[in-house]
Amino acid sequence: MAERLLEVEDLQVSFATEDGVVRAVDGVTFTLDRGEVLAIVGESGSGKSVTSMTLMGLTRGPNARFAGSAKLKGKELLTASEEDLQHIRGAEIAMIFQDPISSLSPVHRIGDQIVEQIRAHDKKVSKGEAFDHAVELMERVGIPHARARARAFPHEFSGGMRQRAMIAMALSLSPSVLIADEPTTALDVTIQAQILAEVKTLKEHSDSGIIFVTHDLGVVADIADRVIVMYAGRVVEQGTLDEIFYDPQHPYTWGLLGSVTRMDRDPPKRLPSIPGLPPSLIRAPRGCHFRPRCPHEFERCAEVPPLEARVAEAPDHLDRCWLEVEDKRTRREIEGRIGLVRDAA
Amino acid sequence: MGRFIVRRTLSAAALLFATSVVVFGIFEVIPSYNPGRAIAGRNATPQTVAIVNKKFGFNQPFYRQYLNTMKLIFTGQIVDYQDQLNVVSEFKSRFPATLSLVIPAALIWLIAAIILGSVSALRAGRFADKALMVMAIVGVSIPVFLLGAVLLYLLAYKLTIFPNTGYVSLTSNPAQWAYYLILPWFSIALLSIGFYSRVLRSNLLDMVNEDFVRTAKAKGLSQQRVFRRHVLRNSLMPILTMFGLDFATLLGGAALVTETLFNIPGVGQYEATAIGNLDVPPILVGAMFTAFFVVLFGALIDVVYALLDPRVRLTG
Ligand SMILES: Nc1ncnc2c1ncn2[C@@H]1O[C@H](COP(=O)(O)OP(=O)(O)OP(=O)(O)O)[C@@H](O)[C@H]1O
Ligand code: SF4
Ligand SMILES: [Mg+2]
Repeated sequence: MAERLLEVEDLQVSFATEDGVVRAVDGVTFTLDRGEVLAIVGESGSGKSVTSMTLMGLTRGPNARFAGSAKLKGKELLTASEEDLQHIRGAEIAMIFQDPISSLSPVHRIGDQIVEQIRAHDKKVSKGEAFDHAVELMERVGIPHARARARAFPHEFSGGMRQRAMIAMALSLSPSVLIADEPTTALDVTIQAQILAEVKTLKEHSDSGIIFVTHDLGVVADIADRVIVMYAGRVVEQGTLDEIFYDPQHPYTWGLLGSVTRMDRDPPKRLPSIPGLPPSLIRAPRGCHFRPRCPHEFERCAEVPPLEARVAEAPDHLDRCWLEVEDKRTRREIEGRIGLVRDAA
Repeated sequence: MGRFIVRRTLSAAALLFATSVVVFGIFEVIPSYNPGRAIAGRNATPQTVAIVNKKFGFNQPFYRQYLNTMKLIFTGQIVDYQDQLNVVSEFKSRFPATLSLVIPAALIWLIAAIILGSVSALRAGRFADKALMVMAIVGVSIPVFLLGAVLLYLLAYKLTIFPNTGYVSLTSNPAQWAYYLILPWFSIALLSIGFYSRVLRSNLLDMVNEDFVRTAKAKGLSQQRVFRRHVLRNSLMPILTMFGLDFATLLGGAALVTETLFNIPGVGQYEATAIGNLDVPPILVGAMFTAFFVVLFGALIDVVYALLDPRVRLTG
């Protein structure tokens, strides 16, 4: 069995703000093994970034409160000292951020920014060696003329090249866990495909565990082994790629699948989307967070559905919906918005 | 770069021209302004005043007077009305005293503001930050003559730690030079430290939330390194711009109150006397002198900008 890298148990993150307490992450549980790609999917504001940044201690601050547990190779991250975290950041867990334009320092050369990352963790590496390594990494992620380009500034790079540079930086110390937080959202479509291909190569050639954050389930089909669906700070469903795509249990997941663009069909004129807006994380609805938007809501939904296995034959397929499994299966056919049904796929 | 220099030189010329016309014009429209009478003296006969008016050309039309004055300025022959001193050599001989006053004062306030601004940003909302905020408000609201006078009264007159005004040149005795200038340096610097550190603080706090700062943290850099290399580095531009302008006007004589109060024979003291006497030539030269530095430092700051931020290109 592959080494267990991350073990997250009932993670809770809240922020005290002027308007009240924002419960950004409310009970997230998952594991990540070496060589595995875990996708975290959900609409904007569902807590995907807060979850992943919390693993690196990047959400710490005077107003932030944490509960639960998040362990890296058995070591608790939530209570780790700032110094321990410094050793973990970049070396054990590295992150690729959403917006490569604003995520690189505008006043430092690309190569130097990678060198800085390498030397932050190993002072014995000389600047020259680190620079050579940076050039190698840039070549590896497909940046042409890497040696010359390493001396350029971020504004001299295109968006796609910048994201490649971010990937090179994140890979520089061969981290055990690589978190890609919507790495393609800020890029245009053709570049998105290239960056995705880059992540796929990574998956094949490294034994890191990868967390891939996105709000596009379509992207997930391509690279993920397992999927977590988040809604308003909670995990509403999680399982293997097949379980999520072919037997989705949560009405929110059905909605997301309904908006997947299918490669094998003409794209719909307008992408269907789930009507309504996610709730405020300060005053979330009682019980199931999806209630206000759920067409199937009934009395029981006023109680919080626990995240548990409900499909008898799939013990690791968890969801948070009170409906009976068989009931769900008929309802989602009637709703008829599921992108991939097994016989159609 | 060549283009940049040419364009800045042209704009300097335009600014000097505009400044000189405006300053010259102001005196033309002051109703009680009668330079002939002032030069001839209180008891002079109308004949004497007439002779003076003729000699200095005060009867000629505005544009002729202006052209004559400019000619005298650029040939270095202009004299003040009060004491008939050569204005250009007066500025030259007084400039070292102004430099002695302004350069150290500016360094003190810039360095202190960077340190204090950083401290209050890092401790935002806590005691040190609030204390500095109070200091800053006091700093911007006290007039320089009051602060200077209080410092003089307490430290020079009462406690006699520092000398009671005066100036010793750097070349004759460096220790005495510094000893005499410490109070003037601080009375200039203290007023700016508060304001500069507040501006820096708010730039720093804006910068802390930038994505690339988060990236720097995510790389595992130490907090100091994140702060120095990423946050501070990107927050200095706005205060450098302010600094360039303030420094330029001080060199041009804007330290006139401090120079007068502490009896420092700089260009500001000369300008202050000239303003009191409505003595046009030194006032005019002082204004042009200041305008020159403003343009020069504007250009220098742009060069520094371009060096600090690779996205900035030097354009006219
Ligand atoms: N430091 C903070 N203080 C207060 N609220 C915060 C803070 N950080 C995040 N939040 C809130 O937490 C919620 C979850 O944010 P998060 O960034 O995790 O969403 P996301 O799922 O990554 O969305 P997106 O797809 O837009 O990136 C948001 O409502 C956000 O406003
Ligand atoms: S628990 Fe109720 S409201 Fe929530 S998704 Fe299921 S049916 Fe809808
Ligand atoms: Mg996000």
